[in-house]
Amino acid sequence: MTVTSSGYNPEKPMENRVSDIGPRRYDEFYPPVIARNKGKWLYHEFLAPGVLVHTAESGEKVYTLRCGASRLMSVTHLREICAIADKYCKGFVRFTTRNNIEFMTDNPEDLQALKADLSTRAFPGGSQKFPVGGTGAGISNIVHTQGWVHCHTPATDASGPVKAVMDELFAEFGAMRLPAHLRISLACCINMCGAVHCSDIGLVGVHRKPPMVDHEWTGRLCEMPLAVASCPTGAVRQVKVERNGEEVKSLAINKDRCMYCGNCYTMCPALPISDGFGDGIAVMVGGKVSNRITAPKFSKVVVAYIPNEPPRWPKVTAVVKNIVEIYAAGARKYERLGEWVERIGWERFFSLAGLEFTHHLIDDFRDPAYYTWRQTTQFKF
Amino acid sequence: MPKHPTPKLDELESGPWPSFVSDIKQEAVNRIENPNKVEHQIPADCPEDLLGVLELSYNDGETHWKHGGIVGVFGYGGGVIGRYCDQPEQFPSVAQFHTLRVNQPSAKYYDTKYLRAVCDLWERRGSGLTNMHGSTGDIVLLGTQTPQLEEIFFELTHDLDSDLGGSGSNLRTPECCLGPSRCEFACFDTQDICHDLTLSYQDELHRPAFPYKFKFKFDGCPNGCVAAIARADFSLIGTWKDDIKMDHSAVAAYVGGEFAPNAGAHSGRNWGKFDIQKEVVERCPTGCMSWDGSKLRINNRECTRCMHCINAMPRALRIGSERGASIFVGAKAPVLDGAQMGSLLLPFVEVTPPYTEVKDIIEKIWDWWMSEGKNRERLGETIRRLSFQRLLDVTGIKPQAAHVQEPRHNPYMFFKEDEVPGGFERDLEAHRKRHKR
Repeated sequence: MTVTSSGYNPEKPMENRVSDIGPRRYDEFYPPVIARNKGKWLYHEFLAPGVLVHTAESGEKVYTLRCGASRLMSVTHLREICAIADKYCKGFVRFTTRNNIEFMTDNPEDLQALKADLSTRAFPGGSQKFPVGGTGAGISNIVHTQGWVHCHTPATDASGPVKAVMDELFAEFGAMRLPAHLRISLACCINMCGAVHCSDIGLVGVHRKPPMVDHEWTGRLCEMPLAVASCPTGAVRQVKVERNGEEVKSLAINKDRCMYCGNCYTMCPALPISDGFGDGIAVMVGGKVSNRITAPKFSKVVVAYIPNEPPRWPKVTAVVKNIVEIYAAGARKYERLGEWVERIGWERFFSLAGLEFTHHLIDDFRDPAYYTWRQTTQFKF
Repeated sequence: MPKHPTPKLDELESGPWPSFVSDIKQEAVNRIENPNKVEHQIPADCPEDLLGVLELSYNDGETHWKHGGIVGVFGYGGGVIGRYCDQPEQFPSVAQFHTLRVNQPSAKYYDTKYLRAVCDLWERRGSGLTNMHGSTGDIVLLGTQTPQLEEIFFELTHDLDSDLGGSGSNLRTPECCLGPSRCEFACFDTQDICHDLTLSYQDELHRPAFPYKFKFKFDGCPNGCVAAIARADFSLIGTWKDDIKMDHSAVAAYVGGEFAPNAGAHSGRNWGKFDIQKEVVERCPTGCMSWDGSKLRINNRECTRCMHCINAMPRALRIGSERGASIFVGAKAPVLDGAQMGSLLLPFVEVTPPYTEVKDIIEKIWDWWMSEGKNRERLGETIRRLSFQRLLDVTGIKPQAAHVQEPRHNPYMFFKEDEVPGGFERDLEAHRKRHKR
């Protein structure tokens, strides 16, 4: 395949080189109504699920239509977004932290026309291209990682389970009937490159088998001291092994100490960890990042392991749906999932959710573990 | 006829939520039919091979992507994630499938001219598949081959006036909420400081010189829409020092039912009539509010600015005027030593250009962390290993009660030598004159 030159000259890489210019300046891309009223907004309202209006001191209003999207997005889909933005939004559009698309207009008639237009757009398989919602006391889009689409350490896929869970919870994306907003995240391994550790419901890929040691390659592929240092539990050590009658330096894993984080594999590709039978998903619950009423909280593990069941992960989606339903039925207005569980107690949560409390769920990692054990006579039978 | 049968993935085309499988398939068709006569610089059928390798993972439950290896653009140590398939014979068009992170404009506003230029570049020189956006905020261009990297970088910088984001042990692409551009809660211009610091620290962003990754995030208020307190090594979270502004007639309108509470966020269910006593006054975490049936009062001195009352009645209550941010440090996901939340370092800083005070603190933290931090140790872990007091020392910030949830549980304290009269060197001879051996 021949390369058509951009102008770059490989013989003289520094010739005409531009670097360290950073991103385009944000205010180049403001819709005019945003540019006119920045810093002068008075208040906002949700007119309907997925529809916001912000009113400025000037009396001007900006209407925002929020739509869900798959974060894995083709240029064909992006161009369709551009065509919509040109038609209704003066050629401007933005994306949210949670991978939603926001179309903005200052004209209420354009808002209605846009909403009607979006509702007709679907992929050939039947899924909607631009479902409207993700606002207020409901479920917004799931933030997630790469999974089997593009990552070397995942214990599960990301896009697939996200699609399956959002299909199951679709009604809540387009409604505002929960006690408070509910944020779901998915990370395909415990590195957690999404903020799964502080989500109302976090799904996290977990390995369950220690890595294998490929002695033929450890010496060739790895800086072995880095692999040793990368282990949080001190389970990796350097050893000498015999290969083809020769003594060679390699690594060994203390299987009783390993908690399958995959850090050593990241440092040393000769320590493969993925395993179709070992890998799966853990479910975490009750985290938040907002400071509203109570302090931000970490999510807590409530299911240690659910096997991967591609393509639709039915056990994972059933557990998530059940947690959403018992929360919706039990929590008070404004109460986040974690606040509700703390009010009723974790023992009550497990009984309501019908989840078995297993030994995996008692913390045994570092100092914070002690602070999670029960140190009062107050508990529920 | 698709190149690879994908019966498992095909099941993800049904259901209402947007299907990434359908979208990849539509890109596959676009590249094969090629209506715009694009001169594809990498194999046109790479979306089909991507579906093929993903279907293989759906069958065996394991990933088929290998470690990156060292790929990148000249002079940068980040921004490109190398990726190779471990079944290159079966899926030759994704045998190499590297990712580029492109630094997004602050808060992800775009015009369609720019987005189309990104699309054109990526259709020609890449897979035509993206993430809008990656977890850290970048535009992620998903899948290209090594010979294209310099070409893409050249076109990005020359034609799109854009640059790569961070990866590896460097400053990661900073991210912010949309701030005052469209939010009345914003206590500072999140987009502006995000952009300013991104430009100020281009070297740190592109050339890894840190022990590990370092993230900046900027949340305009304590609601925390970009999750700064959970994710960033260094975050600014908006706050204010003076009183919440109150419009008593608007309070009456909420009580009277003319305005929907919480901006209408709960309108999907009948929660009954708005009850200001139960829903606002009694939910206040500090108990600093009272309602006498006609007038709402706030004892602002006791308020901890949790945002609940303002969120619940945005037309009646507004953030104060003396605005700035609190600085939090050390947040991270679990790897290696467990998840950490951001810890309060400085209760209040003014956030106005040229942001000298903020930059001064950042640079002091970096100097310390770069000399004391271990390989692959996040700032939060360095602080835990060497103590929060050390961080206060190096940043010159005075210890104060706001720094802790509660004081220490044990008397195992360190005193500095100059805090003790006479210092640590003592006269044993004199001691022995007072105390026989």
